[in-house]
Amino acid sequence: MTQATAVAEAPANDLALTPELADAVVGTWAEDTETAYFIAPDRILDVLAHLRDAQGYDLLSNLTCIDYQGYGGKLRADVSERLDVVYHLYSTRRGGGSVALHVRVPADDTVPSATSVYPGANLQEREVYDLFGVKFDGHPNLRRILLWDGFNGHPMRKDWHEAYYEEDAKPFRSRHPKGEYAFHEDKLPWAKNTTYPAGWDPDSWQEAVAYVPVSQAPQHENQPHLDTESIVVNLGPHHPSTHGVFRMLTRVEGETILALEPEMGYLHRNHEKIGERNTWLMNMPFTDRLDYLNSMSNNWAYALAVEKLAGIEVPERAEYLRVIMAEFTRIVNHTWSIGFILNDLGALQTPALYAIEEREMILDMFEAVSGARMMCNYMRFGGVVRDLPEGWREQAAYLANDRLPRALDELDRLLTENEILKARGRGVGYLAVEDLIALSVTGPMIRAGGLAYDIRKAEPYGIYDRFDFDIPTLPNSDIYDRYYIRLLEAMESVRILQQALRDMPEGETLGGRGGYTLRAPEGEVYGRLEAPKGELGFYLASDGKTQPWRYHVRSPSYINLNALGPMSVGYKVADAIVILGAIDIVLGEVDR
Amino acid sequence: MFGTGLLKGLGVTLKHALDTFEDDRESVPDRYKGSLELGNNRRVIQQPIDQEGLLTIQYPEEKRLLPERFRYIPMLIWDSEKQEDRCTACGICAKVCPPQCIWIVRDSDENGKPVTRCSEFYIDAAVCMSCSFCVEFCPFDAIKMNHDYELAVYDRYPQLVYDMEELTVPLEYYAALWPTQYEEEQARRKQEEEEKRKQEEEKAAKAAARAAAKSAAAAEKPAAGAPKRSAAELQALAKERAAQRQAQAAEGGGDDDAAAAKRARMEDLKRRAQERARQRKQDSGQ
Repeated sequence: MTQATAVAEAPANDLALTPELADAVVGTWAEDTETAYFIAPDRILDVLAHLRDAQGYDLLSNLTCIDYQGYGGKLRADVSERLDVVYHLYSTRRGGGSVALHVRVPADDTVPSATSVYPGANLQEREVYDLFGVKFDGHPNLRRILLWDGFNGHPMRKDWHEAYYEEDAKPFRSRHPKGEYAFHEDKLPWAKNTTYPAGWDPDSWQEAVAYVPVSQAPQHENQPHLDTESIVVNLGPHHPSTHGVFRMLTRVEGETILALEPEMGYLHRNHEKIGERNTWLMNMPFTDRLDYLNSMSNNWAYALAVEKLAGIEVPERAEYLRVIMAEFTRIVNHTWSIGFILNDLGALQTPALYAIEEREMILDMFEAVSGARMMCNYMRFGGVVRDLPEGWREQAAYLANDRLPRALDELDRLLTENEILKARGRGVGYLAVEDLIALSVTGPMIRAGGLAYDIRKAEPYGIYDRFDFDIPTLPNSDIYDRYYIRLLEAMESVRILQQALRDMPEGETLGGRGGYTLRAPEGEVYGRLEAPKGELGFYLASDGKTQPWRYHVRSPSYINLNALGPMSVGYKVADAIVILGAIDIVLGEVDR
Repeated sequence: MFGTGLLKGLGVTLKHALDTFEDDRESVPDRYKGSLELGNNRRVIQQPIDQEGLLTIQYPEEKRLLPERFRYIPMLIWDSEKQEDRCTACGICAKVCPPQCIWIVRDSDENGKPVTRCSEFYIDAAVCMSCSFCVEFCPFDAIKMNHDYELAVYDRYPQLVYDMEELTVPLEYYAALWPTQYEEEQARRKQEEEEKRKQEEEKAAKAAARAAAKSAAAAEKPAAGAPKRSAAELQALAKERAAQRQAQAAEGGGDDDAAAAKRARMEDLKRRAQERARQRKQDSGQ
């Protein structure tokens, strides 16, 4: 650790802490990064509560951890405690940048759980516990989340090696010039690739279903005059309504949900560990696979973070191209999402197919420019990889000015006034917007609750400050509004597209630096943007090498699931399906 | 009034149904407009951006028209003009490959000295993520993205592990798939070659001037020894040597040996796959 600066000199005043809390800040990290404050582990809850109540930092956006074992950088070489839990707080009322707090603890130590201040820390703390082994004191349900109980070790620790472990860093030396390559099948003879924690017996293990979930207590007491019994029902993991491989562990009484716990990790591939082996650029195509409906946004978010870290400039034309691609992506995502909300409501296929008809056209456009419909891999550090092919801009302008507005209006006519949709959607899945923010929910869900919080306006990135567009909001915070807000946002995206396609200048599309040999300077960065599903952030730490030291994805799908349980309690099973659909998750991003 | 929303929505679906019906009755339905007839019911369909109605394509008889930039699995370019592989075994593609699915054996001459040519080049297509970084960073335009996406086979290997023979395509094939990019690239290559030639000419001219000056000096001082070879002579010698090397590589370097080694490796891969299949059968039998 860089020596804890004396409190008097430490910019504790920036945090505007009360005198009682001033001693909570034990140091700062300012040499190589945006200012970040070290907080004494036992004081973190006080600081969080103060920042939330007195300074309006109401959104705990990101919570993750770094393992400093074997850290190779210079500036942080003398870090003594091994694990470092990182918090990023934002204010949804004021907008603007973040406050970054660090709590540093030795391995296997405990940290007070932030769930009492920010209930949204729930899933993120469970993830840190699962992948790093940090225990959170006072967490209501501290179980593994992405991995199962029989998993040996905490994989994001630097000394944990995967079954296919070859080297710490790519490129692997074996591939060239000797051309050695070992097939995974050869390395792992069948059935010998599993280890269990000490003293853990797979045969006697049974998943506990009796735990009562968690973040929400049953609201509905058993009626004393009725002899009823609640039962546990698994919705999923293999069911089309879960939009992938996802399980909702529910306690139901009749058709009414008393408690609901999301269970995930079926698609977990430890994306972040792969990301730490990869060179900086190699991660770009991997981000496509996170939220595979929105690869352009994912690319951009990652590029944005790395550009911030390495100070790379983006040419004008590339900025416009990024906006165009991201807004097309938003339309793709929102029409898709609308279609499948309707699917979940039982309006099987017709609205979905109408909704995604335009998606085909947009994906064809993506394919023409980037070479792939979904795994676009289009952006690079310092721009985009290729300029537009001939005729693309005219076609895109036709889409934006003519076809898409028409199609969205048609969707509007088809669905918005529909009485059945209103009957099923009005008042269902209600959660007050304050609760949603406390649960770290971002994106269309909070805008459907009446809060106009959109990172494109709150902390503009790229060139969004140049466009004339509105942040639509709706007041009711139910699934009908969550459907309708997406339609309205898609219409705003069309407006942005029209302006961007009109104003885009000629010129360079890729700045000079940032190729495959990029070495990002030592430091850490949190870059975020408004992805169609919410705030997509990349938290990166570099020790100056060709690989990221830490590569963390703050994925909106995953964190928005915090609200699934609280929103579903008290409604029927059939409603829970739609409530999940209206959160709009993609399992590639949830499980990572 | 209750029900107006429903009726409005039903109106939209009715319009869609009528449009589709109308379209189907036309002699050339909308989705066949601008498509390429291959005979025998086979077509390549292009979806115009302003197309309305149904978009179903009857694969595999009908296929989509792929855009030029479509990327699938890489291919290696055989330069048919120069009759050589463009690949120089520099290994950049293997280094930038995110899933590390490319592996290359660099060839060496009879003295064991590495040469700019690969003896083996493999891509594990089951691992390849079609990101096209290898293409982007290849300094010799030697690796490009193929459009052929019908790769399904029964076993992962050896079938999905492509060796050099399977990966190599002639330059004309690439030119047909990627016409725009090919044109740009050829223009660039030509220009580069032109520049290189010019530089060499300049160098030669300078060398000649120096030699002339020297020989003039030597004429003044005859005791300085034998005059050096002229630039033209040097060039001729270099050419001769290059030709010798090539001839040596053709015979002594043993193309046959390399081919045999490749065959042996493929046999080995096959054998291992069979063994594994047998083992799997046994395991499942127990």
